[in-house]
Amino acid sequence: MSFAAAFFYLFAAVLVGSAFMVISSRNPVYSVLFLILAFVNAAGLFILLGVEFLALILVVVYVGAVAVLFLFVVMMLDVDFVELRQGFLQYLPVGAIVGLIFLAELVLVVGTWISGPGVTVTKTAVMTYPKGNTHAIGQVLYTDYIYFFQIAGFVLLVAMIGAIVLTLRHKANVKRQNISAQVNRMPEDAIKVVKVRPGQGI
Amino acid sequence: MPSVLPPLGAVLPELLLAVSAILLVLIGAIQGEKSANLINGLAIAALVAAGVLVLLQPGTTVVAFHGSMLVDPFARFMKVIALLGAAASLVMSVDWLSRAQQARFEYAVLVVLASLGICILISAGDLIALYLGLELMSLSLYVVAAINRDSVRSTEAGLKYFVLGALSSGMLLYGASLLYGFTGSVNFAEIAKVATQPSLGLIFGIVFLFAGLCFKVSAVPFHMWTPDVYEGAPTPVTAFFATAPKVAAMAVFVRVAIEALPNVTHSWQQIVTFVSIASMVLGSFAAIGQRNIKRLLAYSSIGHMGFALVGLAAGTQEGVRGVLMYMAIYVVMTLGSFTCVLAMRRDGRAVETVDDLAGLSRTRPLMALLLGALMFSLAGIPPLAGFLAKYYVFVAAIQAGLYALAVIGVVASVIGAYYYLRVVKIMYFDEPAEAFDGMPGELKAVLGLSGLFTIFYFVYPAPLIEAAGAAARALF
Repeated sequence: MSFAAAFFYLFAAVLVGSAFMVISSRNPVYSVLFLILAFVNAAGLFILLGVEFLALILVVVYVGAVAVLFLFVVMMLDVDFVELRQGFLQYLPVGAIVGLIFLAELVLVVGTWISGPGVTVTKTAVMTYPKGNTHAIGQVLYTDYIYFFQIAGFVLLVAMIGAIVLTLRHKANVKRQNISAQVNRMPEDAIKVVKVRPGQGI
Repeated sequence: MPSVLPPLGAVLPELLLAVSAILLVLIGAIQGEKSANLINGLAIAALVAAGVLVLLQPGTTVVAFHGSMLVDPFARFMKVIALLGAAASLVMSVDWLSRAQQARFEYAVLVVLASLGICILISAGDLIALYLGLELMSLSLYVVAAINRDSVRSTEAGLKYFVLGALSSGMLLYGASLLYGFTGSVNFAEIAKVATQPSLGLIFGIVFLFAGLCFKVSAVPFHMWTPDVYEGAPTPVTAFFATAPKVAAMAVFVRVAIEALPNVTHSWQQIVTFVSIASMVLGSFAAIGQRNIKRLLAYSSIGHMGFALVGLAAGTQEGVRGVLMYMAIYVVMTLGSFTCVLAMRRDGRAVETVDDLAGLSRTRPLMALLLGALMFSLAGIPPLAGFLAKYYVFVAAIQAGLYALAVIGVVASVIGAYYYLRVVKIMYFDEPAEAFDGMPGELKAVLGLSGLFTIFYFVYPAPLIEAAGAAARALF
């Protein structure tokens, strides 16, 4: 067994194990932490494949931003996950059957892939970029794929507008900071000097 | 190295929509909610201007962005119809927007963004552009459906649409990935070169892809969301849903079937035939029991999508021409019908049941006459526009040898005539209910134009037939 293969099995085993722990652990915070472990191992698999850009994006975006955001949400919202998961075992048999059917279909479909006729016509050579695939992606992302890149930007804009439209509420009774009022406040407005005689109070 | 930027004229309508959407967001953010009417007006202007730009484009086929965007007569025809539908539904929402608590400037901005998605979708030349355009359109629609966020029904409609839409996107994406895996390309023209004989994986991909597209055109068995969303969403939003997105989804449906899979017609013809029959039959029967006019129009639109798909099932140039004409006439009729639904207000409150129309011929004779004509046309009674639309798709089906499909379609349209005629009967022969509030001028204008088109289309049908014919030729 070669060095790379050993690492492949290591990453794959930890990935599958931690993915299982994500859905089975009782504490939601542990679930998110296992999710992070799963992401990091998936990144390891990407590096073994030689796609270091995807690997690092996975770590930076998913671990650095998305998973941490999950962690915040889980910690800040008081969701009773035990209650949510109560029907889990009850639905397991049906879910398992559906999963098996899907698996069988996938095997059937993927099984015919080798004999897919005519694929060779459109088969393109693997891109060989001497400076690595980060460089390669950088060369095409803003040139050949500028159209998709811009549409994706608009999709994100819609998501942002949508989130604001549906959730932002201007409440009337919220106390907000009024900076000009603060700056214009004079000592006379706020402080009253009172001469207090000893032993008498005000 | 050749320039990646396409000739500017080809992408000008899309660019205009994109830039105006961003500018309108900025104006709204600076001016606040009070600018809702101004932004609505500007959005209408932008949509009309984009439509004019599409009309001004030369009649040739331009391929832009390495085949991701196709600007051909087919795309131009569908874009004009879709932009017309979007602009008209914004015109119809002027009165709705001016009512106090619903003044939200984001509504018009989201409609412009959805229209941008619609144009991208109609021009899509590969699976990635198809998916991105579809998502841009759908995401905007989910938000617009729930825009009346203090109403339980509106939020329910938005959530329902979102969850089911996400599921359908998943199916579509799965189908697209299989199609890519089995043909080695995402480009429609390349797929057509490789997909010369049906293989198991290819058929799997087609089934999933078509399932996703059927959801977007709300064809049976993926229609469940339609009545609930139509009923729950605010009425101008429903009018928008029933027109422009349907046109876009139908356009991309036709384009994928004809342009990417022309050599495996038999693999998808059965699917389209089944979906078409199921939609026509369900649209006819399920609408009979509906008392809410928006639900009735929802089932009616399901049925109409079935009729339009008859033309696609034929798979011929005549069939595609039939689909294009059907969609154009359908959009005009639907806009007219929804102006009447919007005008159904008593004492400032909207009423939505069919029985509220009772005796309309005596309280508002002109509105009753036009709505009656629209209902006859939706039922497909000659010589109105709806009849000619149905005529062309059925003729195409018969020419393609799909006799059973054509016969079932005609039978379904006769059954469907029952509930359209029931509306006419209630308007003309029932005891008058209390009169509706006055109809705002812009609704009158849209209703008048739509009614006149529907009634007098048969006098001079040539321009639309020619334009649709030229558009259909571009695909073959």
